[in-house]
Order: sequence, then structure tokens, then C-alpha cells
Amino acid sequence: MSEQLNVPTMAEMMAEGKQPEILFWVGSAGSYDDRAKKITRAFVKILNKANVNFAVLGTEESNTGDVAKRAGNEFLFQMQAVMNIEVLNAYDVKRIVTCDPHSFNCIKNEYPGLGGNYEVIHHTQYIEELIKSGRLTLDGNTYKGKRITFHDPCYLGRANSVYDAPRDVLKKTNATLIEMKRHKGTALCCGAGGAQMFKDAEPGNKEINILRTEDALETQPEIIATGCPYCNTMMTDGVKFKEKEADIKVMDIAELIANA
Amino acid sequence: MEYLPNIIFAIILISGIGYFASNVKKLIRNIKLGHKVDANDNKSERWKNVINIALGQSKLVKRPVSGFLHAIVYVGFIIINIEVLEIIIDGLFGTHRIGLSVLPESVYGFLIGSFEVLAVLVLVSVIVFWIRRNVIKIKRFLSSEMKGWPKSDGNIILYFEVVLMCLFLIMNATDTTFQNMEAGNVISQFIAPWFNGLSEGTLSVIERSAWWLHVVGILIFLNYLYFSKHLHILLAFPNVYFGKVVPKGKFNNLEAVTAEVKLMMDPDADPYAAPPETSEDEVPAKFGASDVMDLSQVQLLNAYTCTECGRCTSECPANLTGKKLSPRKIMMDTRDRLEEVGKNIDANNGEFKDDGKQLLGDYITNEELWACTTCNACVEACPVSIDPLSIIVEMRRYLVMEQSAAPMELNTMMTNIENNGAPWPYNQMDRLNWKDEN
Repeated sequence: MSEQLNVPTMAEMMAEGKQPEILFWVGSAGSYDDRAKKITRAFVKILNKANVNFAVLGTEESNTGDVAKRAGNEFLFQMQAVMNIEVLNAYDVKRIVTCDPHSFNCIKNEYPGLGGNYEVIHHTQYIEELIKSGRLTLDGNTYKGKRITFHDPCYLGRANSVYDAPRDVLKKTNATLIEMKRHKGTALCCGAGGAQMFKDAEPGNKEINILRTEDALETQPEIIATGCPYCNTMMTDGVKFKEKEADIKVMDIAELIANA
Repeated sequence: MEYLPNIIFAIILISGIGYFASNVKKLIRNIKLGHKVDANDNKSERWKNVINIALGQSKLVKRPVSGFLHAIVYVGFIIINIEVLEIIIDGLFGTHRIGLSVLPESVYGFLIGSFEVLAVLVLVSVIVFWIRRNVIKIKRFLSSEMKGWPKSDGNIILYFEVVLMCLFLIMNATDTTFQNMEAGNVISQFIAPWFNGLSEGTLSVIERSAWWLHVVGILIFLNYLYFSKHLHILLAFPNVYFGKVVPKGKFNNLEAVTAEVKLMMDPDADPYAAPPETSEDEVPAKFGASDVMDLSQVQLLNAYTCTECGRCTSECPANLTGKKLSPRKIMMDTRDRLEEVGKNIDANNGEFKDDGKQLLGDYITNEELWACTTCNACVEACPVSIDPLSIIVEMRRYLVMEQSAAPMELNTMMTNIENNGAPWPYNQMDRLNWKDEN
């Protein structure tokens, strides 16, 4: 069953002389990666449900350049950034929400120096805001009592000290939140950051995502919650490696809330 | 001849402090080999960090056992060193326990008594530290970069502290006037009986020897710092002040790149224009870092401040999964290379002579650099605000922008971004396809 989503673009909005309250930055993973696209759709479902007047850039969006910057290619990063900033500024964008902590960090922290000044928030922060303002209501039964553990994305947590928003949102589902031993400031990376997503790991004795999955399995979760498309991939692979995919789901907070 | 001890004391004191000062000058010169960083922003936040992180040790206590022991040694060391003030005055003016003639007996006794208690606490902590390093074999002290000198260095520091504390207590225990005063000898009164039966003359010799060795020991320790990882007792404070005060995820944007990108994006720019006049000896900006001179002064200060505790490495996901990368080694390598460059400058009349070596390759390998996930765990773990990640990124920049030496898969990823605005080979026009898929 294909649910019809309402996804206006900035170009359409502008043609109608309207300005959305927030721009949804989809990001490359959210646009092209099969698993991440489901997260994108889930988040739009939430936006539609809460009647948020939002828009996306659509085909005018380009890669933030974040991954190029972490890999050391400052040229490519700045080229991408300057192009994106030109588009964002042309639409007079003030507020941006994204499901990707890497885009979040990059636009929030590294675009201002190149002329792009926006208020940037992560989707877990926005969902929290929607719930608090009463625009989004959860029925609170879907995940009641389920054991959920949250894996902190490095670029949301340590990089930007956002630890509470995802947890507060998860608590709203009436699930039982169990912390891994390494969490918040000491959370272990999923292994995808710093451009590792796009290359094989250096020689070692273990894959990082397996080690992190072991951290998660210790909490005996029914669901591993994530807030980053890359973490989601890494944790999903880890759970498969441990042959636990029948018992444990890896879900983005957007997906959890869209069903709650 | 009456003033001989005073003169000897003054000579020892001046040469001890003088040699240390000359090494500090060298240290500052070496740090200045890096490029300048503007740290005039967020002054109040910086001072707050100095108070909380450096003075208050807020990050150290995140590991309660070592944090608590460290706090004892730290407080002990600072407070007991108040005693040094008295020693210096006594030594220079030939007085004995000048504090007694300035302070009421009860206050003086209270001070010395606290020093004695602290001395014992420090002794105990230092012994536990030694056991942790040499008997319990805690993993972070066993990494490959901790073999040889770094291991001995760690132990030598502990031996120094044991000796200094013992000398302090013996000095008090054999000081008969002080013992007879019966104020402040909380600990030394139990040590004094060990020397029972010795003549007053012998006691005095032991007391004087302990006193002199204590002073000389402190001065040797002070001068040992420059050659040791122990510099952190001084540098932690400026290092924390200059530490990162923006979100950890924020990497600096290279200004040299911005200038070129702006030019490329400027529709009015003349692509055939002659480059602006530059003087002959002006070296074009180098992208990223291949040697210590390409790093910033803060990064070099970081390297001198590192006390090799290894908390960074023990949190590093790459290291935890057996990869070669160790953030601590990045800092140790940076310092070793900086020292090598410094010695080169000393040997060549203040001018660095190319030695055919550099930080990249000769100290830090590409394999280490590419293993980093930029997760900031090392930065978060460091109790004194060292940022190994910034050095890793700076060296990746050199590899990618100066040498085009990125791993092949990353080159593919970057080509994709250049061509179609995504790290995968998908069409830009398909960016919104997710809307109608399920």
C-alpha cells in the first residue's frame, strides 16, 4: 500500500508566493539509500500528520559536502557548501530540519563561516517540539513497555551535545528506555563516520559496528533506536551479523514516532 | 665562611631555575613554529574551562578511581609546595623554619600537620599508581607506543614523588626542635622513634641532608619536566584555556580554500587573468599538514601537554577494534617530531635545516589517519582538552589536497559528489524519487 505523502518543494512554494515555516533537508542518504528513504518517508508522515507547513529543495538539493570535508577534501566541501548556500539564501531559508546528524552538524556549524546562517535542528529535536506544542499527539500504546535502547550518533551527541531530545521523544512512546554501558558522551561510534561509510575498514580484529551492536545486545533490546541513517545501516548490519534480525529491529526515531 | 651554605643554596637555586627557564624558552620557541591561532573569542567560556576542567579536574573524575587518586596527588603537590616557600627563604637567609617566627605556633603547626597528612596520602596514591602501571597491567598502559622511554618516564615520575615525600617526612621527624614543639608533627611523630638513640649531632646531619636533598630533588624534578610527559602539571592550564570552545563537530574552514572557491564561483572573475603579484620568496599556502610546522600553535601546545594517560586511546573505536590508530600516539609523535625539529634548529644556529623527514610517513602513517571515524571520543575523553582529531584531519587534508592520496573508494565517492551531488552514482534529478516510492 503506497501512502500518498504531501511533499511540497521550495520552488513550488515560491511560485505560489508562500514561505514554509521550515525546510526539510533530506540529505544524500535520505534521498538515495533504500533504508534511509524509509526514514525520510516516516518523518514526512509525521510532518503531514502535524500539519507542518514545510518544503524540501528536491532536485535543487545537493550533497552538503560533509563527508568530503571529513575525508580531507576541503575544496569539494566548500564548493558544495557555497552552492547549497546560494540556493538556501535565494529562498530566504531561516530554519532547517534534517534526519541526518552529519548534515545537521555541517550546516549548523560549518556553513555560517561561508555565508549560510540558519537555525538548524535535528529531527528528534523537531519531533520533541511538535509534541510539546501539542501539534503532534501519540497514542502511546504501540511501544508500551517495549525494551528500547538508543544509540547516540556521534555528530548529534558528542559533536553537538544533543543527548536529551531523542531520549525525551522515546519516553513519550511509553517504551522502557535502557541505556547501553557506553552512552551519551562515551557512546561508541557505529563505525561509519569520518567517511568510513564509503570505504573498507583498515586492518584490525573486529568491525566497529559489531562491537557497537554487542554493546546494544547487552541491554537485551527489542528495538535499537537510531537517529542517523548511517548508524541505522551499521547497526542493522551488526544485528544481521549476530543473526538477531528476527528478534531485534533497528529503527530510526522518526519511524518509531510515525507508528506511535 | 659563615655564609657558605647560603651562597651554595643561592647558586643551586639560580642554576636550577635558570636551566628550567632556558628550556621553557625553547619550548615556547618550538610551539611558535606552528601558525598562530586567534583565541580572543569566548574569553569567559575559556576561563570557565580553566576553572572547571583544569583546576577543578571535572573530566578526570569521570574515571573515579584514577580521578580520585589523581586529585589527592594534585592537591597534595600544590599545597605541600607552599612549604617550598619557607625552604627558599630559610636557605637564602640562613633562618630555620622562618614560618615559626612569622606565624603563631598553632597556625604553623596546623599547616605543617596538613602537609604531613597530605604527604602520606600522596605516598599511598603514588604507590597505587605504580601498582596500576606495573602490576595490575591496565590495558591503556600497555599499548605499543608505551614501550621503552614512555614507560620508564611514567615510573620515574612516581619514584621522584615517593622520594620527595619521604624526604619531607624524614626532615620533619629528625628536626628535634620541631618534634619538641608537639604541634604539626601528626605523622612525623611516628617516624621520629625510628631515629631514637641517635645523637643530636647525627640527627641534625640527617635533618640537614633530608632538607638539602628535598630542595635539590624539587629542582631536579622541575628540570625533569621538560624532558618528560609530566609537563602537563604546568601546561594543562594554558592548554585548557586554548582548547576548543565551539561544538566538537565544528571543523575549521580553510581560508586559503575559501579564497579560491569564491574566485571559481564568481561569474565576473576573469579566468585568464594573471595571478596577483607575489614576492619571490612567498611560499604558496600549503593545504593541510605534513609536518609540525604546518600545525597550529594550539596543536603543538597540545602535544607538549599530553601526559600519555591513554584515556583517548581507550575510547577510540578504531583502536578498540584492533586498528593501528591510537590518538595518544598521534600526540606523542607530534611532540617527538617537534622536539627533533627543535634540536635541529639548536644545532644549526637557529635555522631549521631540512632533514628529509616529516611527521607524515616518518612518524604517523596513512593507515592510522584513514582509520579515524572522526567520532570525537578522544577529544571528549581528554581530561585536559587536547584535540588529536584536529591533527588527524589536518593531515588527511594534506594527503587528499596535496598528494591526491585518498583511498580509492573515497576518490570514487568524491568524484560522485563532484559529478552528481551525491556520494553514490545516482542522478541528481532522482533526488526526490523517494516521495512516490514505498
